[in-house]
Amino acid sequence: MKEVVVVSGKGGTGKTSIVASFAFLAERKVMADCDVDAADLHLILHPKIRYCEAFFCGKVARIETEKCTGCGKCRDLCRFDAISEKYIVDTIDCEGCGVCYYACPENAVVLEEKKSGEWFISDTDYGPMVHAKLGIAEENSGKLVSLVRLQARRLAEEQNLDLVIIDGAPGIGCPVIASITGADLVLAVTEPTMSGLHDLKRVVELAEHFRIKTMICVNKYDINHEIKQDIVDFCEQKKILFAGQIPYDNVVTKAQIAGVSVVEYSRAQVSMEIERIWKQIFYTLSVEATVRS
Amino acid sequence: MIIAIASGKGGTGKTTVATNLALAVRDMGYTVQFLDCDVEEPNAHIFLKPKILSQKKVAVSTPSVDKEKCTLCGKCGEVCQFSAITVMGGLVLTFPELCHGCGGCFNSCPEDAISEVGREVGVIERGTASGVKFTHGRLRISEAMSPPLIRAVKRDVNRSDVIVIDAPPGTSCPVIQSVKGSDYVLLVTEPTPFGLNDLKLAVEMVRELGITFGVVVNRAGMGGRMVNGYCDQEGIEIVSEFPDDRRIAEAYSRGRIIIEELPEYRMNFEHLFRDVQAAIRRQKTDDEKTWQRTFNETGGFS
Repeated sequence: MKEVVVVSGKGGTGKTSIVASFAFLAERKVMADCDVDAADLHLILHPKIRYCEAFFCGKVARIETEKCTGCGKCRDLCRFDAISEKYIVDTIDCEGCGVCYYACPENAVVLEEKKSGEWFISDTDYGPMVHAKLGIAEENSGKLVSLVRLQARRLAEEQNLDLVIIDGAPGIGCPVIASITGADLVLAVTEPTMSGLHDLKRVVELAEHFRIKTMICVNKYDINHEIKQDIVDFCEQKKILFAGQIPYDNVVTKAQIAGVSVVEYSRAQVSMEIERIWKQIFYTLSVEATVRS
Repeated sequence: MIIAIASGKGGTGKTTVATNLALAVRDMGYTVQFLDCDVEEPNAHIFLKPKILSQKKVAVSTPSVDKEKCTLCGKCGEVCQFSAITVMGGLVLTFPELCHGCGGCFNSCPEDAISEVGREVGVIERGTASGVKFTHGRLRISEAMSPPLIRAVKRDVNRSDVIVIDAPPGTSCPVIQSVKGSDYVLLVTEPTPFGLNDLKLAVEMVRELGITFGVVVNRAGMGGRMVNGYCDQEGIEIVSEFPDDRRIAEAYSRGRIIIEELPEYRMNFEHLFRDVQAAIRRQKTDDEKTWQRTFNETGGFS
């Protein structure tokens, strides 16, 4: 079983539209949406939820006012400025580290489990899907991402499927690290803008750090031909496989509004290119599998 | 006055709005400070081209254990909520990448065997960009925790200036860290199903934080009027709309400033700022009224 993760560094380069198309093109796979704090893949794959579980992760402190003597010990020690002058814990600032809990001489602090979100196993027309919803203003998105990936792998093993295709989050921080560590292939989707290239370099460096094979594709490549060429040069210099280029076409937005993947919606150039990119990925994964066996 | 630009969905135009707003406000005669809090992928410097005058490493503290003093009692592992330190097989193991730097182990060690050492999470750079004071952070590659670095960037806030904060995408901790304490949040979105879905999440987040906010619709016309419908229904003010203009996309791709390249848009940003100013003023008056009412109802100082 193989895991492919689609990331981008910069947001809004077209990750989810491409992943949704892969859902249509790929066979024998589980889909996983690891962009847990702004998940969108469900808007195209229309999952029917089969199983739902609350995600409890981390704790939050609460001070029992009747026991509190106002000695100030907790406020002195809290490094997240989460305790007010009136000894009320700000649940958004509180990281649940428990320093106040252990420090309180009156045992006035309780550490409570906190529900940070929920995760789902669903059926879609394209096969099973694992996804999640992080609670509003919650942290621990990295842990929720790891959980979604774990459940997707389990599901693939149970049903004897070959692939897990993961929609990643933008950036290079905690949820992105959690989505790519130990994966077999990263596809970085970028756009030919200075920001796109800048962010691509950082996410590629991240994948290199974790020694994950990386491929790059350029979306909306015709917005700026010069920077597109810079991206191609960057790939050559880094010996990264250039997986393809997708033209700018409003049909992608139209497909999104229709709630279907662009490859199903239209046979435009965009769809042909995405199909070619998928074939490249599939080929790369199969070659790797053959070499290893 | 602190204005934060956030979005939920990535790539909707946060940085474009933030950088152009900052320059337009500078040209209106204000002292402007720009804080790029998207420390994972900072982009504002591409457009503002600041002259960097200083650089500073930012570290969070992680435990270092003195093996001579340690009796392997295991108290530190018990206290740590993040499994960043543990005693196992006659050894103390630390996992710095899991450490939140809370100091729990350090406080709890009965032998005083734990000291704190710095783990570099990234750097902050300060400079000026044609009269705008500029600060951004760059997260070290492979570092997972951005909030401490964001906090470091925000320590530069000088309340007497107009402060423009460019926030990262999403709705979780890095975004909250960036927008917290702002007087106003501009949520930039695009009129597509993804844009709307993520806007709703961002709205829930800002409401949870209790900050006044408004919406900027970017690339208006590209996908329909669904965002306007939602905002009408929820009573959310749409402060500005920018058309789906390919010239903006091209100027953006080259790292150019829109109000310089396409001066017809300068007015949009000036209006945007005036509207935000007015909204903040309204909010302040409302807050004062509420305070006054509570004051009277509870019988004043008695």
